[in-house]
Amino acid sequence: MKALIAILAALAAYEAVARSGWFAPALVPTLPAIAHTLWDMLRDGTMENHALATLWRVFAGLALATTTGLVLGFLMARYGAVERFFSPLVSALMPIPSLAWAPVFILWFGLGNVATILIVFYASTFPMLINTRAGARAVNPLWLRAARAMGASGTRLFWKVVVPGASPFIITGLRLAFQRAWIAVVGAEMLAASDYGLGWVIFDAKEFLNTDIMLASLAVIGAIGFVFERLVFGTLERATILRWGMLRTAKA
Amino acid sequence: MPSSSRRRTFRRTEPAILRFLRGALPFAVVGALWEIVAHSGVFPPRLFPTLEQVAVTFVRLTAAGILPHHAALTLYRLAAGFALAALAGVALGMAMGRYRRAEDYLLPLVSIGAPIPGLAYAPLFLLWFGLGDSGSIVLVAFVAAFPVTLNTWTGVKAVKEIWIRAARTMGADERRLFRHVIVPGAAPYIVTGLRLALAQAWRILVAVEMLAAVPWGLGWLIFGAREFLNTDAMLAGIATIALIGLALEKFAFEPVERYTVVRWGMMTA
Repeated sequence: MKALIAILAALAAYEAVARSGWFAPALVPTLPAIAHTLWDMLRDGTMENHALATLWRVFAGLALATTTGLVLGFLMARYGAVERFFSPLVSALMPIPSLAWAPVFILWFGLGNVATILIVFYASTFPMLINTRAGARAVNPLWLRAARAMGASGTRLFWKVVVPGASPFIITGLRLAFQRAWIAVVGAEMLAASDYGLGWVIFDAKEFLNTDIMLASLAVIGAIGFVFERLVFGTLERATILRWGMLRTAKA
Repeated sequence: MPSSSRRRTFRRTEPAILRFLRGALPFAVVGALWEIVAHSGVFPPRLFPTLEQVAVTFVRLTAAGILPHHAALTLYRLAAGFALAALAGVALGMAMGRYRRAEDYLLPLVSIGAPIPGLAYAPLFLLWFGLGDSGSIVLVAFVAAFPVTLNTWTGVKAVKEIWIRAARTMGADERRLFRHVIVPGAAPYIVTGLRLALAQAWRILVAVEMLAAVPWGLGWLIFGAREFLNTDAMLAGIATIALIGLALEKFAFEPVERYTVVRWGMMTA
């Protein structure tokens, strides 16, 4: 209830500024104008197309990042040689913002999906990798010894003990990876996309001072991010917390 | 959970030179692969320069003062945006943590704003605040303020009720309570928030400099070099970004983290 009041107050404040005439109406469109634009774009399907293009890029990049992060993370946790080889590379590459690569990727692969997906991949690999490695290392050694004593080894030990034990970390990693990917895709589309995508719409609308389109797309970006953050990962994380609880009762 | 859960290889004392070589090996391997691709002619040399070329460009641009100038302006924007974010974030977070009413009204707004990628606002902020310094600084500040606010709020909430009651019983007034109990109690969270904020500000800033086409700045250096196919200048710029990122990690994040860990230790003690 109070949340609703706060949101309404913020919207009213915005509307007052928009109608006051302090700023050019082209720069600060009124809320009805934004809603109207959003409705129009939803009805003729352009907004859906942009959103689908963006989502496709996010999931392609995220799929690559998850695979790489999981495989490399488990290998680094398991084998000292792999750890010693990749760990310095990871710490050298991690501080480079993914979007800094945008111009290089554009030159190498041209504008479009490949460059965008690679930027998303670069942004989201590291959280996945770091969390998988930490999770695999944090598996209680007691469980490993117990499973070994009961005759598990090799693949069974990995699938039945290490993977479930590391899963809370991995799910956190996935969530962080999605957050990073969602930021990166918007930036990447502004710089490197050719004709579709929510980031591209915003950037393109700036050229024509279509502030209403920019704000409408911003609302869609926020809404999609919110849905994933709350519904998808919220559900996943509740499952993790359940697992944590399960683990704790099992230990006690 | 036992603290020895981390698997440890036993430690031998090895000479420093060996340790250095071992650390350098991965870079040597990747560098060699790069050289092979660059010399093989799969990509035009203009697009995929050899490492010597990148190094020469890096030295040339540094000696000419171009690279340091770009870096200085980027760092100035980072510092300005981060300072604004820290001030606003700590103030808002403190208010939200201390006063019920502020929390009721501000929290919904903050939690709606936080998940929206900051870059999505970038074109809007550039329209509203202009290209160049003010637009990019305001955007960096806006984006970085969220983690600071949320962490400060959590930190103030996490201050143990019993400390507050104890301080009150000992006669602390509102001001001294704030200064001697709430601020130190919330400090570990605030420091974590600042750390997150600095990392986010850094990532956003590089991208914003590309979009805003500011006359100087590392982001612009890389993006501008694309126009002239100066891939060597782009890679030199990325190397500088990596170096600054590493320096932030080593000289800003790690000491801060050590400090936080120490404080955490103090808190549990």
